[in-house]
Amino acid sequence: MDLSSAQKIVIIGGGQAGAQASFSLRQGGYEGAITMVCDEHAPPYQRPPLSKAFLKGELPEERLYFKPAAWYEDNGVELMLGMRATKIDRATRQVHLSHGGVLEYDALILATGSRPRPLPIEGASLAGVHELRSLEDVERLAPQTIAGRRIVIVGAGYIGLEAAAVASQLGLDVTVLEMAPRVLARVTSPVMAEFYEAEHARHGVKIRCGAGLSALKGEDGKVTAAVLNTGEELPADLVLVGIGILPNQELAAEAGVACENGILVDRDARTNDPRIFAAGDCACRPLVHFGRTGRLESVHNAIEQGKLAAAAILGKPRPAEDTPWFWSDQYDVKLQIAGIGTGYDQLVVRGDPEARKFAVFYLKGGVLIAADAVNSAPEFMVAKKLIASAAVVAPERLSDTSISMKEIAAEAV
Amino acid sequence: MVKIIYRDFEGTVREVEAKVGETVMETAIKNGIPGIDADCGGACACATCHVYVDPSFMEKVGTPEDMEQSMLDFAENVTENSRLSCQIPVSEDLEGLTVTTPEAQH
Repeated sequence: MDLSSAQKIVIIGGGQAGAQASFSLRQGGYEGAITMVCDEHAPPYQRPPLSKAFLKGELPEERLYFKPAAWYEDNGVELMLGMRATKIDRATRQVHLSHGGVLEYDALILATGSRPRPLPIEGASLAGVHELRSLEDVERLAPQTIAGRRIVIVGAGYIGLEAAAVASQLGLDVTVLEMAPRVLARVTSPVMAEFYEAEHARHGVKIRCGAGLSALKGEDGKVTAAVLNTGEELPADLVLVGIGILPNQELAAEAGVACENGILVDRDARTNDPRIFAAGDCACRPLVHFGRTGRLESVHNAIEQGKLAAAAILGKPRPAEDTPWFWSDQYDVKLQIAGIGTGYDQLVVRGDPEARKFAVFYLKGGVLIAADAVNSAPEFMVAKKLIASAAVVAPERLSDTSISMKEIAAEAV
Repeated sequence: MVKIIYRDFEGTVREVEAKVGETVMETAIKNGIPGIDADCGGACACATCHVYVDPSFMEKVGTPEDMEQSMLDFAENVTENSRLSCQIPVSEDLEGLTVTTPEAQH
């Protein structure tokens, strides 16, 4: 469907994907109305620093904002902050709002994001139990992260581990509980898990893998301990839950937009309704480098799909679909991840994890599908390009640090 | 406030007032300067805020640290004046700094 004459574009969600879509629409020359419905109260902001520098108190709130609030006014983007969309009526092309109002659209972008998976145990709603997803979450958590306090972090994914690094640097007594036998089990290999377990241990963080949490205990409505299924009790002044996120797809699903592990979209970020697009954490998209669909929870994905949706609406050529990439900062360790390692059949380590500068490459049928680069930018940058071209790389070359990444890039086929 | 001048690859010049302590990248993004993507928001993780620093400012701006240098080594169209603008904090010293943005950030 040609939407290039659209005059009313509504974006639901003011996270990275929604904000990017508004920027790309304006950059692309679109002059009609843009209304962004944001359920948070701050103008669109970056989330990655929330579990890093911002939690640590090293970054003022304004520096999280993509643009100053005045930019939206100057560029005719109406920000409806503190507002929720309650219903999409596809027949009349209207979005119903929590204050009772209605917005009409020619094109609609769903950038509804995701929400933390709730902890399904007793005591989860006690005071002192936190999540880490939004600015408001950090505003609640940060004043409580006081040196000497005991924090139990539930979940050893990137959010949990980044928060553990910050909390230990702030002088808290940190314990991380993980159900799986190792940290980062869902997202990376045992080599990386072992490296991060050692890194956290070095900083005094206690990581307990294979730990089943059975309840949180409290007094006077406030959390006091985490109770393991062995009966062991870990005293806690604070609990942070980071056990994954769920896509906010309900609004779309209730309107009959196809969903399955997210809102289903094509390569243009278009849903089964040609006037409706979805971008970011909430969308399940074709992963062109991997021959399947999937939902990615990353900045790169949010930006890329924001751009894809804007381009499709404006009738412009589809922007390049880059290798998915991610990063994580813990202590002074920068991890850069290119690609998706799921389903790898061969793992190659380049460099020495003990030196805290190494990379792990993941291959499938000889083709490079992912790389985890620890303090190793060249490995990351080259892997990103090689994955995009589905390059076949000889494992013995990858592991040989006497061969530079430039040479490896040049000889890859 | 410190004056920073951005020149795009076609020669269009945009002059903006920057806050001391923010970076040359943040100043660009907040002022809608085209040609800088800054996908990672300043984490030195993506190399999409590449700029060419005016030769007369090279000394004041200083040299990249290891991480930035390795990112730059693999960016495209890099010259000896290349820097990642997220790694250049604005200071009083940089009054009048001119940077040129590349045609594309990949």
